Amino acid sequence: MDGVIGFIQDLGPNLQLVLDRMPMILDGVFITLLASVLGAALALVIAFVFGLALLAKNVLVRGVARVFVEFFRGTSLVVQLFWLAFVLPQLPYPMGFQLDPLLVGVLALGLNYGAYAAEVVRGSIGSVPTGQYEAISALSLSPARGMFRIVIPQAWALMLPSLSNLWIQLLKGSAIVGTVTLYDLFFQVEQLRDRTGTWFAYSFALLAYYLIAWLIVILMNGLEIRAKHQIGRGPALKESWRSLFRAPGSTPGGGRTARVVRERAAVKAGTAGEGGLA
Amino acid sequence: MTPTNSWWDWDHAAAVLPSLLLDGFKITVLATVLGTLIALVLGLVVAIVRRSSPAIINAPVTWVVEFIRMTPLVVQLVFANLVLSPYVDSTLAIGIWVLGIHYTTYMAEVYRAGIDSVPVGQWEAATALSLPRVRTWRAVVVPQAIRNTLPALGNYAISMFKETPFFVVIYIPELVRVAQNYGAHNFRYTEAITLAGLIFLAASYPTSLLIRRLEKKLA
Repeated sequence: MDGVIGFIQDLGPNLQLVLDRMPMILDGVFITLLASVLGAALALVIAFVFGLALLAKNVLVRGVARVFVEFFRGTSLVVQLFWLAFVLPQLPYPMGFQLDPLLVGVLALGLNYGAYAAEVVRGSIGSVPTGQYEAISALSLSPARGMFRIVIPQAWALMLPSLSNLWIQLLKGSAIVGTVTLYDLFFQVEQLRDRTGTWFAYSFALLAYYLIAWLIVILMNGLEIRAKHQIGRGPALKESWRSLFRAPGSTPGGGRTARVVRERAAVKAGTAGEGGLA
Repeated sequence: MTPTNSWWDWDHAAAVLPSLLLDGFKITVLATVLGTLIALVLGLVVAIVRRSSPAIINAPVTWVVEFIRMTPLVVQLVFANLVLSPYVDSTLAIGIWVLGIHYTTYMAEVYRAGIDSVPVGQWEAATALSLPRVRTWRAVVVPQAIRNTLPALGNYAISMFKETPFFVVIYIPELVRVAQNYGAHNFRYTEAITLAGLIFLAASYPTSLLIRRLEKKLA
């Protein structure tokens, strides 16, 4: 009862089975959501702390932040996950922690994607126009106040599309936590497989992850619209609710990578800031 | 839990390093290179199809691309392996294709931005010279589009390299799998997994520096 034909033949009983096992599946969904929300929260904190540290004037602060970011970006999520799960307990006495699997998952996801997000924060804050910094000193605002009232609100609108992409990456990365005995959505779906067959179980898994990813996209699009509206760069949410359902890669701005590619081309063609058509 | 021996044992480190480099790293690099080739070629095809077809083809292609982008590579790997393993001998080949197709969807977006960045005048010039459609793409648009996309494509190649460890879920003996196997057999994860991480760092950091330099040079 496998293959595409089996998938269609057994669809009814399989859906019934999913309903019967709903408590387990919901447990898995809960763990997946928990890991990706807590992981994202940790990643956001790390991103702001290290993103701002990357811009610090002090060489030491900047150096430490750079090493941290490159280390966690460079060593791969799975290695970090396994290191926390398998190596950390083997460390000598004051260090040998056996962490709770959820904590392992959240830490690995948060550290890994936090390092990526720190670069996003650095880039966005760096791309706030110099005139804004000059305005801060012209208004004799303190640097901290200027940062939080002037720079970060503008940078926040810039960084949200990339953060949204990263959060989806994090959600997708979280499907690996089953390997360190955290029983997430994917683990529960694999339990389903011996009864329903491969096609049904994994189609269900992919669809479930797709829906969760869309929840994240809609939430982040909403935040982005709000952030842009607040700095006077876009319509209010109630005027543009349609753009809530915009896919992260297909934004009019086209996501960060797309924007960078286009801007680079514009700079080279000497048409930057002229809206493209010369 | 008090370990009986010192936490870092050079004998174990020396014992695991050759197999990490000779078996694991070799497969990791092979998967990255072949996966990148697949993604580079298919990504360009997808981008051109999306740019030049009517909505009836474009809409389903867009949906498939979004679906692949927004679902976990891990699930795709396990699914493809279970479905294809009766027909395909090599798990590695399945892994490489899944990785390549996953990243095709990312690279297609990059190419699309690159194609959009080609000035409209170039299209108009091609029309004015009455170049055929295929020739317009091949001789006018693609060469200009690709130049600007190189750094972004390179960055995706690096992320692909760092996502090959997801192959552990289908038991391909790449770097992390080799490290995990060593740990499981000898009850010593410390050296194997730490070294695996350092090998990733040693390989990906210089590459990303190179790409950053390329980015500056092209800008």
